[in-house]
Amino acid sequence: MTKIHIPTPLRQYAGKLPTVEVKAGTVAEALSSLVSKHPDLRRHLYTDDGKLRSFVNVYLNDEDVRYLQKEATTVTDGDTISIVPSIAGGR
Amino acid sequence: MLNIGKTGFDEIRRHGEETYPHECCGVLLGQLEGDVRRVSSVARCGNTRTDSPQNRYHIDPRELVRIQREGRERGEDIVGFYHSHPDHPAQWSQTDLAEAHWIGCSYVITSVEQGKASITNSFALSGSDESDKQLVGEKIELV
Repeated sequence: MTKIHIPTPLRQYAGKLPTVEVKAGTVAEALSSLVSKHPDLRRHLYTDDGKLRSFVNVYLNDEDVRYLQKEATTVTDGDTISIVPSIAGGR
Repeated sequence: MLNIGKTGFDEIRRHGEETYPHECCGVLLGQLEGDVRRVSSVARCGNTRTDSPQNRYHIDPRELVRIQREGRERGEDIVGFYHSHPDHPAQWSQTDLAEAHWIGCSYVITSVEQGKASITNSFALSGSDESDKQLVGEKIELV
């Protein structure tokens, strides 16, 4: 099983759970399983045309999947996926 | 409301003085209790916007992943973020709002004038999603 850490602002759409466990072979499958279990998460993670929102960072263990094989990145049992919305700003 | 100890509050402000004339940034950890964000620890972060640090900040998501993991081990969640505005009011900008995505969390801004922290304000990011999010001023309760 793969554990997905849900960031604080999205927990209300995931049954208030801080983590969700899914069975998946890739990051795409893991996220797909996540939004299948918790459909309200979909619009917060994806645009209307099904792309991950630009400010949503997805980490497999300690690696940004953008620098791996993106959503095609393989996941194995015991891996952890973290969903991390961006933090930025300035005057 | 943001509930924070004086030590943590002073730490946020001191960070802004140390990085002046650049913006500082960091994470607030603790517990979300309804509409109260109770801060139990403060984590300094680096500002990756080395191209424009005097008026922009960005926290490396890798740092967030580490801070989240360490917070989890202590039973803490991310409840907000802080940054400073060198020689500029402690009010959110359009950039601050556009780049704010952690709905339900607090965004704390400290004005640092000529190297000294002056006003610190906190804003709760409210709304249901990106289309109606707002930064709303909230009380800071010092404990």
